[in-house]
Amino acid sequence: MSIPGPQDIARHELPNGIVVLVRENHSSPSVVVSGYLPVGAYDERPEKAGLAAFTASAMMRGTANRTFAQIFEELEAVGANVGVGGGTHTTGFGAKSLVEDLPLVLDILADVLRHPVFPRDGVERLRGEILTSLEERAHDTRRMANLTFHELAYPQEHPYARSLSGYTTTVGGISRDDLAEFYAGGYGPQGMVVVVVGAIDTADALAQIEAAFGDWKGTIYERAPLPDAPRISDVRERTISISGKTQSDIVLGYPGPPRTAPDFLEALVCNTILGVFGLMGRLGDNVRDRQGLAYYSFSRVSGGPGPGPWLVSAGVNPANVEPAITSIRAEIRRICEEPVDEEELNDNKAFITGSLPLRLETNHGVARSILNMERYNFGLDYLQRHADLIEQITVEQVQAVAQRWLDPDAYALSIAGPPSA
Amino acid sequence: MKGTKGFARLQLSNGLTVLVKEAHAAPVSSFWVWYRVGSRNEYTGITGISHWVEHMLFKGTQMFPKGVAEKAIAREGGTFNGMTWYDFTTYFATLPAARIALALSIEADRMANALFDPDEVAAERSVIISERQGAENDPEFLLNEEVMAAAFRVHPYGNDTVGHMCDLETMTRDQLYGHYNTYYAPNNALVVVVGDFEADEMVELIEQHFGSISSRPDQPLVNACEPPQKGERRVVVEDQGNVAYLQVVFRAPTPRESDFFALTALDAALTGASGLTFFGGGLTNKSSRLYNALVETELATDISGSLVPTIDPFVYSLSATVRAGHTVAEVENALEEELARVADGSITPEELAKAIKQTKAQFAYSSESVTGQALWSGFSQVFADYTWSEDYIANLSAITVEDVQRAAQTHLKRSNRTVGWYVPQEA
Repeated sequence: MSIPGPQDIARHELPNGIVVLVRENHSSPSVVVSGYLPVGAYDERPEKAGLAAFTASAMMRGTANRTFAQIFEELEAVGANVGVGGGTHTTGFGAKSLVEDLPLVLDILADVLRHPVFPRDGVERLRGEILTSLEERAHDTRRMANLTFHELAYPQEHPYARSLSGYTTTVGGISRDDLAEFYAGGYGPQGMVVVVVGAIDTADALAQIEAAFGDWKGTIYERAPLPDAPRISDVRERTISISGKTQSDIVLGYPGPPRTAPDFLEALVCNTILGVFGLMGRLGDNVRDRQGLAYYSFSRVSGGPGPGPWLVSAGVNPANVEPAITSIRAEIRRICEEPVDEEELNDNKAFITGSLPLRLETNHGVARSILNMERYNFGLDYLQRHADLIEQITVEQVQAVAQRWLDPDAYALSIAGPPSA
Repeated sequence: MKGTKGFARLQLSNGLTVLVKEAHAAPVSSFWVWYRVGSRNEYTGITGISHWVEHMLFKGTQMFPKGVAEKAIAREGGTFNGMTWYDFTTYFATLPAARIALALSIEADRMANALFDPDEVAAERSVIISERQGAENDPEFLLNEEVMAAAFRVHPYGNDTVGHMCDLETMTRDQLYGHYNTYYAPNNALVVVVGDFEADEMVELIEQHFGSISSRPDQPLVNACEPPQKGERRVVVEDQGNVAYLQVVFRAPTPRESDFFALTALDAALTGASGLTFFGGGLTNKSSRLYNALVETELATDISGSLVPTIDPFVYSLSATVRAGHTVAEVENALEEELARVADGSITPEELAKAIKQTKAQFAYSSESVTGQALWSGFSQVFADYTWSEDYIANLSAITVEDVQRAAQTHLKRSNRTVGWYVPQEA
């Protein structure tokens, strides 16, 4: 197997603006479809928080041609999956089936994306499911720590400060017509990307996508630039008390570099050292292993089209919250103030470059990689260049990127757990 | 194509069972060691010991001191983990194919040479306790633990693999080390490897690494046998939260009995096919009977079913999240009405055909990953035989609507079930 690249990925633009990418893989009789539309929570108003995610889920509740029951009966009868989910910048969609069922799956996917009708009863049913999930969230330490972190790390008007799924107050106030209106204003082919990977000939896949989406017309939203997410210059800390819990969850972090930032890969290497490599990197060594403070303690740099968070997450006994925060800050200080060891850097680079074959083992993994190359305009040879880009990163760059984005003394910190005694 | 060959099975002279399968679709190999020990082999006082031993196997040997093995695997771009279940403890690494020998070195070494350093045992105690506390934050964990304890009053399947808090607080290093010495032996283990290699060469490599490890005296048998259930059991958990949950479990046959496949087909009709991915990642179930009876009627927000294959008879479990504004009792009543319809013979041949098609699709999806193939074959070998997974679709296809009705009448009756309610208490 070669690394997917220009030699075996076909890229085709339809006249209505859809970009189609196909890569064949005949090792198993299945096929994966993965893509996105450029519409999301970015385009919703704060008082309607949750609208984009609600709309995406509601698209599956019925179309001009099929009821909800028909959609799922047809899909599940052949063991296929189709899903749509609203994100911040995009609304993602995906499908998976045996290759013989791809025409059916694409027919349903196109029906859902192009002809949703937002039936009133289906919308109300879905609203109840979302509201129940929000009730669960209110008692879930991990979800509440994440939600609160975003509120602290981003300015109030920034879309990243808000919950994607919304709040009981906003979801309760979203009408069926709000969904239909939000859909009509911004779901269209322009900027849509769709990737097909699996046991299908390229020409056949292109023809099937063109048949399903080639005559789609529709508008998309104009977007103002994202508001700034300034570097945090103080300590912003909030504790959420949830009685009856036995563990506290901590999130400590910062707005981070976008995926297209010139220093993103340096941040990726730095983050791998901090909280990924082996068993959760230096954070795992210190907080979990040496001190036994936590079952988990890792870091993540999210990238994405905007300044997604660079954060540390840990789950600890409520009595250990303070020592865990002290240790997390000490590791952040160390990676900012001390150059990393050359050998440690090399190990981490080897991990990032060496794990590529594992990430490309399944159709889904290949589709995700191709989608990212297109989304960030990296070029189809990006996976092939990736190892060289990682290899070039130096000790000095790792320290510089840590200093640019992290700070042991100025951060957003949320703690969700039982009330302190 | 070479990648379509099945497994070869052999046994080394020290008793180690070996399953090898070539798969050349991607330059990746997955290597697994399975030990026939888990919470099934535990009793009060040492619950959670198998899981804790698993953690200690990541704490070092003379050859691979703590942290060295996982860093060596990561350096090669691999993944590396362990997992403890009722019937087994397993360790696996998936690596770029050219580096798979590293996994053999690590696993052969720690089959016999794990250190169990007392300081490491002490540090890990708080990590394990933290793992349990994290689980306790989840109402569905709390409910499941009480339901299983009520469903099994004799057999160790009534204990969760993480163990009880009092045992985690008091277990000693010597107990842990003793457990390791008893169960970690080639004659109580199974090696499974799937990937991009030549089978003959792989067998030779396994012989080199594992062939000289001594077998140990036979492991104690698990004699626990759950007496027949005579009447419904009910438990109520009243704890933190604002959402209610329902869990109903029915005593179920082992995967070596034909009724297991009838129940599998029934589960697919009731809650969607879970196929071979009982660790999650299955299909949607929105055309299933219980989704229609519970979720589309707006009583619940989700429903799932689980029939896990095990060595001894286990349970078929149904779980629902109660929609805000409704009660557990309403969901339970609606569930019971649908189960009554099934027992009356309402399952159709179309529903069986759907279950088989869904299962075939899932087999195709899982064959993309060497990790998934090795998992399923090793798992099958633990409770039956690796051929169990190869015969799975044929056995499922042989099921008739009459079989399903009989299975519903036999196993899903009220006297065979344990019902659990999670009733949230607002702070």
